Amino acid sequence: MSKDNKILEELTSKDYEHGWSVNLEADEAPIGLNEDIIRWISAKKEEPEWLLEWRLKAFNNWLTMTEPVWANVHYPKIDLQGLRYYSAPKKSNKPKSLDEIDPELLQIYERLGINLNEQKRLQGIAVDAVLDSVSVGTTFKETLSKLGIIFCSFSEAVHEHPELVKKYLGSVVPMTDNYYAALNSAVFSDGSFCYIPTGVRCPMELSTYFRINAANTGQFERTLIIADEGSYVSYLEGCTAPQRDENQLHAAVVEIYAAKNAEVKYSTVQNWYPGDKSGKGGIYNFVTKRGICAGDHSKISWTQVETGSAVTWKYPSCILKGDYSIGEFYSVAVTNNYQQADTGTKMIHIGKNTRSRIVSKGISAGRSQNSYRGQVQVMKRASNARNFSQCDSLLMGDRCGAHTFPYIDIQNPTAKVEHEATTSKIGEDQLFYCNQRGISTEDAVALIVNGYAKEVLNQLPMEFAVEAQKLLALTLEGSVG
Amino acid sequence: MTTTTKNNTLDSILSQVSSGSSFSDLRKSSRDFLEKNGLPAIKEEEYKFTAITKKLENSISDFSFAKKASLNNEIIQSHMFGGFEGDLLVFNNGFFEKELSTISNNGYTLSLISDAKPELLGKIAATEKDPFVALNNISFGDGIYLKVSKNQKVEKPILFLFLNQSNDGQVINSRILIEVEDNAEVTFLEDSVSLDGKTYFSNMVTEIKVGQNSQVHYNRLQNESKNAITVNNTETDIHRDAVFTSVVISLSGDMVRNNLSLNLLDSGCEGNMYGLYLLNGKTHVDNHTNVDHTKPHAQSNELYKGVLADSSRGVFNGKIFVRQDAQKTNAFQQNNNILLSEDAIVNTKPQLEIWADDVKCSHGCTTGQLDEEALFYLRARGLGKEQARGMLLYAFTGEVMDHISDEAFQNHIVNIVQNRLGSNF
Repeated sequence: MSKDNKILEELTSKDYEHGWSVNLEADEAPIGLNEDIIRWISAKKEEPEWLLEWRLKAFNNWLTMTEPVWANVHYPKIDLQGLRYYSAPKKSNKPKSLDEIDPELLQIYERLGINLNEQKRLQGIAVDAVLDSVSVGTTFKETLSKLGIIFCSFSEAVHEHPELVKKYLGSVVPMTDNYYAALNSAVFSDGSFCYIPTGVRCPMELSTYFRINAANTGQFERTLIIADEGSYVSYLEGCTAPQRDENQLHAAVVEIYAAKNAEVKYSTVQNWYPGDKSGKGGIYNFVTKRGICAGDHSKISWTQVETGSAVTWKYPSCILKGDYSIGEFYSVAVTNNYQQADTGTKMIHIGKNTRSRIVSKGISAGRSQNSYRGQVQVMKRASNARNFSQCDSLLMGDRCGAHTFPYIDIQNPTAKVEHEATTSKIGEDQLFYCNQRGISTEDAVALIVNGYAKEVLNQLPMEFAVEAQKLLALTLEGSVG
Repeated sequence: MTTTTKNNTLDSILSQVSSGSSFSDLRKSSRDFLEKNGLPAIKEEEYKFTAITKKLENSISDFSFAKKASLNNEIIQSHMFGGFEGDLLVFNNGFFEKELSTISNNGYTLSLISDAKPELLGKIAATEKDPFVALNNISFGDGIYLKVSKNQKVEKPILFLFLNQSNDGQVINSRILIEVEDNAEVTFLEDSVSLDGKTYFSNMVTEIKVGQNSQVHYNRLQNESKNAITVNNTETDIHRDAVFTSVVISLSGDMVRNNLSLNLLDSGCEGNMYGLYLLNGKTHVDNHTNVDHTKPHAQSNELYKGVLADSSRGVFNGKIFVRQDAQKTNAFQQNNNILLSEDAIVNTKPQLEIWADDVKCSHGCTTGQLDEEALFYLRARGLGKEQARGMLLYAFTGEVMDHISDEAFQNHIVNIVQNRLGSNF
């Protein structure tokens, strides 16, 4: 027992690496939420009339909705009127190129290990950096535009490619979808926009890095990825926030549209501030992510490594509409201290011969609660649909919980659906085997956890995989005695 | 909650209950609960796929409690299966028929709930758990209290035969309380029969206490008419080193909802749940099971299998709770379904909630169809398509029927299943 305590202490004393904040002069919206604030945000971003109307419609919808309570998470009611819905670093003019970006901003990202300077970066990843409510810079834009790929901030896309934004915005996650998606539709500030034209294979990884800096601010970004016929893109998302005592809200929406033969791979390493060891502070992460395989033979793959957030409420989903389309979901969710995660996926089989695969690995330690909630739905005309789901939970310590809520709804007799789940702890025999061979208990745990999560980590692009492995090791080092 | 969950069904049932003197506390708290919460609406998670309240409203226009039907030995014998040896307890629209029953009192004692007034009544099945328990609490007329004494082995099985018929009223409220004391052993069989094809609503509550080191088998067959609406709440308290096994075979009905709860209250106890739903027509069967592991070193097994034809619907929700103290728990759960038709639907939700770390818990769940290769193998050996299919389905369902603990009852059920599957050869 004492050893467990010691190890737990050690574990909980680990500090959040990205907990610092920078005093930036910011352009902020007044605190509160009403139609005027939405008009204010829209005006600030010089948005066209149709987008403002869309926002207001979403806002009025949102007013009629109530907060979802079905998730297995508990948190005090969020005072949405006490939040600031827009905060942007002050700048005189829009930077025309990366050289003009405020060096202070560049420093923030350098401290996070993200260099926005193209020359200094590893070739092969284009980054859109989002700080609080706005995108501060996008790298490799020119290289990409030669191929016809549009990769820019959402506000830029609204001005330069309004026809694309108008066509796809809200097509996958309608503004009426859920409470937080409606809220996001009303007040979203910025995010990334990405369009891959027909037949183009994006030569580099596209990536967005989200950072919350300002206090009392909610982050509501919106990402829209459109992969036209026969295209391919791999997209990465990373996020951090400063260490603050109050809880901050992050309610993002990600929409992915995959046309015929297109493939989109979306990877996230989520490392929002999880709160301190007594559960104070941290980010509330209420995110709606959904992709539609609209065309035949299209494919969407979600990979997520969830290590942060005080409360996570997130279900990246696939609507498999096209025949022969494929949806995949790979997830590692680690919770520690008082973190709560309710995460999983939805696979909606509509087209014929559609396939989906779910691999979810939950690890709970400390006093955390980790839930998998997933749905596999096979519609009546989705003949020969195939699904395989596996969700495993690993428990470390006797104060944490692991929960599984899979919903399986089948309306077609030719469907083949399998689901399996296990819950266990790291076996003493496994540790003994490692100890016997001269591997210390701590290393053995890291080894076993990494092996346990390997199936998911393997899906990540190389650079992200390294970051994810480090994160796992950091959070769980020696957490079992 | 909101007024939307209130409804005519409840109002018309409540209006007919006279506030009797017996169990007034239980009846009152149940009435308060129902007046506050109403019958479940489809919005509620527990009744998401089974719109039982709506079904009742649409099928029965004018609610009143069913009276006893006229019964005699001949009618009873015509609904008995062959080879049965044991005690027969007959229930006429939920009312116990002492004269028509065979009671040996061998190792157990039997009394009416109204006579014995057992303390235990309403203590095992909690009112708040399900609105239909509360509904039964306020509306049951009488029921039986069966007590198996300490160190007794009841050699022969005890059969509860429920003969149901809408008679001057459609609501049948059956109530059974079973108390098995320490070191005892007993097997129960339960068979429900519709005397005609008219619509009725049977709302049954069975409470079972399994004392230390005892063994109880409960085998249940549900093969009522295509117009029978049934809600069944069975709640079991299982004490130290005791073993409880439940087998539920659902073959027919209009809408059937089974809530089966096993409370594993101490170390060393074991709970087994086996279920089969073989459905056709428009039959809708919903099995909600709940296993609560509260203490270390207990184990539970669960296997539910479904075959769904025509436009039938099968719902399975299996919850396993492992509380913080329940270290070294072994819990296993499996649900397999075969869909035979375009219009059949299956909704399954195997749910694990675990707060203890040193446990082995797993669940598996599949939905699919018959293996083409196995079919081909049989057909290549000269079996017709129907026969081959029936044989494979029988093999699929057999795994559950193997657990029926009385041979005559098992043969009876196997016969029905084989006839249904066309594999009776």
